[in-house]
Amino acid sequence: MEELQEALRREHYLADRGLATAIFLAVSLDKPLLLEGEAGVGKTEVAKVLASLLGRRLIRLQCYEGIDASQALYEWNYSRQLIAARAMEAERAEAHVEDLFGPEFLLERPLLAAIRAGAGAVLLVDELDRADDEFEAFLLEILSEFAVTIPEIGPVVAPEPPAVVVTSNRTRELHDALKRRCLYHWIDHPSLEREVEIIELRAPGVSRTLAREVARAVARLREMDVAKRPGVAETIDWANALAFLGVEHLDGEVAAATLGAVLKDHEDQELARARLGELIEEAGAGEDG
Amino acid sequence: MAEADVLARLVGFGRELRRLGLPVGTGRILTFCRAAAVLAPLDPASLYWAGRASLISRPEDVEVYDRAFERWFAAAGPGEGAGLVVPGSPPPDGDGVREEPPEVEVEVGGRAAAWRPAEEGAEPEGEASVRLVASAAEVLRTKSFEALTEEERARTAWLIRDLELRLPERRTRRLRPDPRSGRFDVRRTLRRAVRTHGEPFHRAWRSRGSRTRPLVLVLDVSGSMAPYSRALLQFAFAAMAAGRKVEAFCFGTRLTRVTRTLRTRDPDRALREVGRLVEDWEGGTRIGESLRALLDGWSQRAALRGAVVVLCSDGLERGDPELLRRQMERLHRLAHRVVWVNPLKGSPRYEPLARGMAAALPSVDVFLPGHNLASLEELAGVLAG
Repeated sequence: MEELQEALRREHYLADRGLATAIFLAVSLDKPLLLEGEAGVGKTEVAKVLASLLGRRLIRLQCYEGIDASQALYEWNYSRQLIAARAMEAERAEAHVEDLFGPEFLLERPLLAAIRAGAGAVLLVDELDRADDEFEAFLLEILSEFAVTIPEIGPVVAPEPPAVVVTSNRTRELHDALKRRCLYHWIDHPSLEREVEIIELRAPGVSRTLAREVARAVARLREMDVAKRPGVAETIDWANALAFLGVEHLDGEVAAATLGAVLKDHEDQELARARLGELIEEAGAGEDG
Repeated sequence: MAEADVLARLVGFGRELRRLGLPVGTGRILTFCRAAAVLAPLDPASLYWAGRASLISRPEDVEVYDRAFERWFAAAGPGEGAGLVVPGSPPPDGDGVREEPPEVEVEVGGRAAAWRPAEEGAEPEGEASVRLVASAAEVLRTKSFEALTEEERARTAWLIRDLELRLPERRTRRLRPDPRSGRFDVRRTLRRAVRTHGEPFHRAWRSRGSRTRPLVLVLDVSGSMAPYSRALLQFAFAAMAAGRKVEAFCFGTRLTRVTRTLRTRDPDRALREVGRLVEDWEGGTRIGESLRALLDGWSQRAALRGAVVVLCSDGLERGDPELLRRQMERLHRLAHRVVWVNPLKGSPRYEPLARGMAAALPSVDVFLPGHNLASLEELAGVLAG
């Protein structure tokens, strides 16, 4: 387990014990890994890191409301088929319908690509909670079989299933049948020390002092009564923004000017501005003591 | 330790979780055992995380899981190779005596049942008695819930439950086949063309469908609302039948979700259960706090986004009206429509001067009374619109 954590760190991802165990189990048991957590805690990142760690290709399926099979699995290139059919007619060639349904007319979408790639791929199904229930049922079918039958070509079966990472922001509860098939991990906001480490890893230009101050300030912001709690992505953005401005220490003026990197809600910003002094003081306090 | 023993402990743990009410099926237990095998030799941390990844899938369940894990694998000494040891004593069957919640009476059952047969029995006696029932119902419709006698209250309960609710619809992004018009559907057109030797004679279309919006009911059950809250709960019960995406919450000083309790077939039992569940029945009111709990904890899952939200409260806020104002603004931005039902509005002299109500009103789309049956019917009409 420590080895995996170490390997993940080399890929610039810091995973705690629980997440590392979940990833390890998902890969060894060939089970999809379902990751839930607030926005910006690094769910999508897990799939990317896993792909580069295993040296596999990352295939991403971004879900959205209204997504359906033709956008996720495959579709025929109709316009090309039509033109080909007309061309055949014009040349009075021996027209075979089969010729129109060859692989060159097939538009491969992420799920089909993942089935074909099999163990050579990491399939990321991103933000599944945005798709509707029908799509979830369809995905469940694909995930359990890793096989699809295209009527005109025949069955396509993955020799070995790809690694699958499913993420959800929990805007709605996913169906139990799907959850049962997956391993589950809830990613929480990181602890203070870990967040400092993450900043140092992901934003190398940031000094240690600044990283600490930023992490502490963000942790404080999360405790405040904000509507949208800033995620790790926001922390990194903020640290980067401050480093770009050549700031060494977080002070009231700079913090106020760059607040937009962490808080993306008008009311939240006003709340934070009102308590900025307190925030800065606490962020810097650890350094003196 | 023999392998079979280890297996028995692992399976036993899964079953223990199931006994504690978590949805742990055989499939999950199987995954758990396979996970444990992959991770061997096991230390407690690996075992813990293997179980968390394979046995549960909701953050709310972590607490129960943690406690059960602690108990079940408690005696696991650090020296033991597998980290899996039969605990010193079998886990107790429960956490001691469950505290009995104070008895709260949500009475509808007996009297309502007594009235119902009378109504049915009245039928053969001719039109006169039917008219009698009808006119009695008419009186009931306009009489304030506050002024009802016990018997009338029981009858009203039945009438409220029979209210039919329809929810508004919204257009979806997903395209469905449409026989008449919409966007051209190349896929189906070409499929059909196969039948006509490749000539696309029969064209196919598809268009966007529609779907009912979610409904969220938030009911004030504090002391000042006591005469009305029972009727409103009946209304919530009726609303459950309106669609799949209906959520109900009760609050006084704190928020309680009652959706699951109301989603049963037996209304009397459901209402009794709600009474047991809601701890602060007829206490004070903290609307702002409760709304914040709703928005923080449920805005994502209860699908407040795009929903029709019905708040039933007299607006007599004990907390900070400023907090209430802010939460109402949040709610208003998130929801499709915010309906505030205030029984006090039934009185002709009422003006929304209470500080809480005044703070909330700018964020309310529809402001209705809800003090009698007629006004609840009106509410049902507003919801459909």
